[in-house]
Amino acid sequence: MTQYEPLRLYVPEPTGRPGRHTDFSYLHLSPAGEVRRPPVDTQPADTNDLAYELVRVLDDTGRAVGPWAAATDPQLLRRGLRAMMKTRIFDARMLIAQRQKKMSFYMQCLGEEAIAVAHALALDSGDMCFPTYRQQGLLLAREDVDMVEMICQLLSNERDPMKGRQLPVMYSYKRAGFFSISGNLATQFIQAVGWAMAAAIKGDTRIASAWIGDGATAEADFHTALTFAHVYRAPVILNVVNNQWAISTFQAIAGGEGTTFAARGVGCGIASLRVDGNDFLAVHAATRWAAERARRNLGPTLIEWVTYRAGPHSTSDDPSKYRPADDWAHFPLGDPIARLKTHLIAIGAWSEQEHEAAQKELEAQVAAAQKQAESYGTLTDGHMRSAAEMFEDVYKDMPEHLRRQRQQLGV
Amino acid sequence: MTPKTTPMTMIQALRSAMDVMLARDPNVVVYGQDVGFFGGVFRCTEGLQAKYGKSRVFDAPISEGGIVGTAVGMGAYGLRPVVEIQFADYFYPASDQIVSEAARLRYRSAGDFTAPITIRMPCGGGIYGGQTHSQSPEALFTHVCGLRTVMPSNPYDAKGLLIAAIECDDPVIFLEPKRLYNGPFDGHHDKPVVPWSKHPLGEVPEGHYTVPLESASVFRPGSELTVITYGTMVFVSEAAAIETGIDAEIIDLRSIWPLDLDTLVNSVKKTGRCVVVHEATRTSGFGAELTALVQEHCFYHLEAPIERVAGWDTPYPHAQEWAYFPGPARVGAAFKRAMEK
Repeated sequence: MTQYEPLRLYVPEPTGRPGRHTDFSYLHLSPAGEVRRPPVDTQPADTNDLAYELVRVLDDTGRAVGPWAAATDPQLLRRGLRAMMKTRIFDARMLIAQRQKKMSFYMQCLGEEAIAVAHALALDSGDMCFPTYRQQGLLLAREDVDMVEMICQLLSNERDPMKGRQLPVMYSYKRAGFFSISGNLATQFIQAVGWAMAAAIKGDTRIASAWIGDGATAEADFHTALTFAHVYRAPVILNVVNNQWAISTFQAIAGGEGTTFAARGVGCGIASLRVDGNDFLAVHAATRWAAERARRNLGPTLIEWVTYRAGPHSTSDDPSKYRPADDWAHFPLGDPIARLKTHLIAIGAWSEQEHEAAQKELEAQVAAAQKQAESYGTLTDGHMRSAAEMFEDVYKDMPEHLRRQRQQLGV
Repeated sequence: MTPKTTPMTMIQALRSAMDVMLARDPNVVVYGQDVGFFGGVFRCTEGLQAKYGKSRVFDAPISEGGIVGTAVGMGAYGLRPVVEIQFADYFYPASDQIVSEAARLRYRSAGDFTAPITIRMPCGGGIYGGQTHSQSPEALFTHVCGLRTVMPSNPYDAKGLLIAAIECDDPVIFLEPKRLYNGPFDGHHDKPVVPWSKHPLGEVPEGHYTVPLESASVFRPGSELTVITYGTMVFVSEAAAIETGIDAEIIDLRSIWPLDLDTLVNSVKKTGRCVVVHEATRTSGFGAELTALVQEHCFYHLEAPIERVAGWDTPYPHAQEWAYFPGPARVGAAFKRAMEK
């Protein structure tokens, strides 16, 4: 007779499922303004509490409170709000275009707009982001990226800068500090560390910013990146966007239950923060703090951005099959656009009228860009890059065997 | 004026290539497990850290995925990383970074980003390394579009090819047959090793030169039979030719893929007979591709079926190493079969 019961395999489950509300108490939220802001030269081990708390600036009434509330220029906040609105409008229109079969696929970032947009506005020109497919806000926040060109990529038309080789949303904008998106998850995380190491080797002042989702932190590349970033004190910001869901997989399956993704960093000797990703001011302030550390040779910072993937994973996904349909409405960190709007109105830097006007203006801008892009073709109308181009860029110079294969294709 | 040459082992020649490139190009960096202070387990990078500093030659964590992943990022920045995977048998954790990232970065970004990286890895058996220090995985790389796969057989080619690889804007897998590091081993494991200092290909120019990629060499001219091979099997094939008395023309591919098709096609058209030899396992090995290419391009010139000699389709055994290794007797037997028909 054994004194033990049979062993049991534990498989985590979300509290919410279709027809059953989520109990969001698992998020362990700190009240706005309560989490301390250490000096940028703090020791990584001294950030342990910050990896389990939640840095928040905006309270429920839209006031900016606590040590992370910097005196942010209202002009920058208005710019951020407009960029978030533009991102949401862009996503909405592209989703419709996908349903109209003008493009094969689309991925929106609904509910997560603050993270990429505030981050982009907190970095310097020349810094390099290694994004996932849900950081289109990094591009849409910039003045120097042409929306028409982005939409041409989505439409895979004859002006697609990726020459028709990549799924929609897999942009590449070296000149705008946006590394080519892979589609194989997590690979970019360690590459960002390599880029940052290169900047340090060359005595540069530019830094890298690595992006990953909660689900993909389970990949080896994530853990490898933490090791390399720590070992070489790489000037890199390691962003984990915890939007709770990786397709249908709840973040607990990636190892988020009973701990945080930020806590991974502290164990590796990396300064780590857990931040309200739907709070534009918190995202901006935390990014500035991490960027300052990187630029001062103080090493990497890991930031877990707590947010919620409000939409489906992609246009090929139906989240009503695995989570409550109204889950986002109950998510305690709310909508990043509504929260910043409330704050701006509260400080007298915005109004409902301006908001409405901006909404109309941005809708018209996106619509015009889409119309122009569609005039260069869509996936269905045959105006795409020539098949001959399929053989280019495999190597810098085309080897003989590819020339022969191109001839065989007869193009 | 002929450049000054020095007798070098393949290890010294590889080190000289990295030395030349570290001196010439400030964007070249060298790293990997044990390569910094210690100079690598095979000593290929010995002295380079002392000469060029720790920010250009350094140790890496035991993480092949991290080594190649950071190299891709450094390449995107504008550096030319030269990284060492301690044994080719250890590259598998880096597969995603090699296959999905380095190889396809130029293509997927339409040239916006590139991965001008060189990944060195010692390969092949004959050192009692067992199944984790003896593999020849070249076929796994040749199947990946966007990669260049190179394997030198001697110090002169090793240096010239490594410089060409570092200067190349494509990712290059640089396989180093470790049994050839110290001498032109011909498969007779029971005989003393001839050092490179006694072989003309051990005379290596001191400064910068390249052996172009995609160029094979006619290692030994001959008229009766064409041997298509690379790496360790070049010298094994030479021994087999001498021992059988068959006038074999030995083509050393040097660049495995993309390859110099003309040189091998011209040779087979001339001799009418072909034996493909490699140390890697037989099935779906690169010999299968070579056999298909010869069949496609030389069918009406062939006098006999193409013969393949390769490692057996087993893991590389430890104690039975010499029963596994395709030595001169097995290669010579294939020559005879190709001549009989």
